Amino acid sequence: MSSLQSLDVTARSATTTPSPQVRTNAPQLAKLIDESKCIGCKACQVACMNWNDLRDEVGSNIGVYDNPSDLTPTSWTVMKFFEVEPKDGNLEWLIRKDGCMHCDDPGCLKACPAPGAIVKYSNGIVDFISENCIGCGYCVKGCPFDVPRISQKDNKAYKCTLCSDRVGVGLEPACVKTCPTGAISFGTKEDMVSYGNKRAGELKERGFQNAGLYNPAGVGGTHVMYVLKHADRPELEDLPKDPTVSPLVSLWKGVAKPLALAGMLAAVAAGFFHYMKVGPHEEKSEEEKV
Amino acid sequence: MKVIRRYSDGERMTHWVVAITFVLAGLSGLAFFHPSMFFFSYLFGGGPWTKILHPFIGLVMFFAFILMAVHHWRDNLMQPGDAEWRAKARDLLMGKHPQMPEAGKFNAGQKMLFWVLVICMAVLLATGVLLWRPWIAPFVPIVLLRVAVLLHAVAAVLLIVSVIGHIYMAIWTKGSIRAMTRGTVPEGWAKMHHPAWYRQMTQGKS
Repeated sequence: MSSLQSLDVTARSATTTPSPQVRTNAPQLAKLIDESKCIGCKACQVACMNWNDLRDEVGSNIGVYDNPSDLTPTSWTVMKFFEVEPKDGNLEWLIRKDGCMHCDDPGCLKACPAPGAIVKYSNGIVDFISENCIGCGYCVKGCPFDVPRISQKDNKAYKCTLCSDRVGVGLEPACVKTCPTGAISFGTKEDMVSYGNKRAGELKERGFQNAGLYNPAGVGGTHVMYVLKHADRPELEDLPKDPTVSPLVSLWKGVAKPLALAGMLAAVAAGFFHYMKVGPHEEKSEEEKV
Repeated sequence: MKVIRRYSDGERMTHWVVAITFVLAGLSGLAFFHPSMFFFSYLFGGGPWTKILHPFIGLVMFFAFILMAVHHWRDNLMQPGDAEWRAKARDLLMGKHPQMPEAGKFNAGQKMLFWVLVICMAVLLATGVLLWRPWIAPFVPIVLLRVAVLLHAVAAVLLIVSVIGHIYMAIWTKGSIRAMTRGTVPEGWAKMHHPAWYRQMTQGKS
């Protein structure tokens, strides 16, 4: 998979030099999920498992439509159903297609210690190169959306690839192709933002005053965006209101790294030069005393 | 040359188990800390193997350290005179040979090192257990994992810097290393560096 787009890697985990990125003409891409058009049919889930050739284990029903009940290493997208009352006595049934948001500033990539296990392409797709994965689970700590899942079978992390293999040869992601209501669209980020805003405007006219585009700035924007009926309260659908890469992760993988490295090297250098300057600590023999 | 026994066979073997596992846990951990040190993972058979081995090595280190702490904690309790020793340590390091308060089996610097190691080891174990995949981490809230991973790194770096200091002090103070390799030290060494301990060891003997 990675070989198809190996000339347009703009970021690579645990790598301090530039990655191959001579091919920069790829436009920024995005997937837009319009929840107001979603009927919860789960065709996208089926298309995802079909194209990626994944078969999750048959689980058990937890009393609601969610099936499976959460993302798994083999279910990269899952429809989540929410019965909420945004206004008292006004029941609404919200359906959200959960999966990787493909952040422009991906926390998983920042946290990952394995060189090349997570890459970001110039078109914005964040991809796990699973053969480089070491199974440490740092991506789970880095992700603000709780998306990566690590397989019990092979200890590798998995998530939605935004069908990087299809997109690399000019096709749309499998979920987009299959959606029967056109709730999922795919195109340049610019087009998707303007289409999303247009849809939000239409929803506002129909009485959803707080409809809007979910493209959170805290992670640099995302390459999977939602049109939400209640964009002022994304937490109604288990979406964080202002997601950012946790400050703990930024500290750990940011300033702490060079500082600690410098501290350890300084300790060794201090010892060496101290010995050269002061000499050993021992009983002075008579001749040495000056 | 008359010598005095400083460490028993058991104390020395425990120390070296801690030392060896410290180096292994340190190198495997540093591989994940900074990309410039990822190459340490090749010593352990690659990334996945390094990830698998690191927690087990850490556990051995921790349990050996507990044994060591049980041997030595009493001798590391701070005593009157230790504050003065610390105040004069700077001159000692500068090679000025100040008149130091008489140190017991361990001097105030060694005692501080001991307690820093105790704290670091405790933090490393507590956070390391939480982070252990695939057995424990999947059942720990992600917020807690983020705190754990940061504390684990801070404690590890503090431990490494402290041990660099510890190793240097052993090299700097001539005659110290044989205490841990052979278990005995010359009387002159004991008289100079640990006079109170020397008197205690030689009382009633001639």
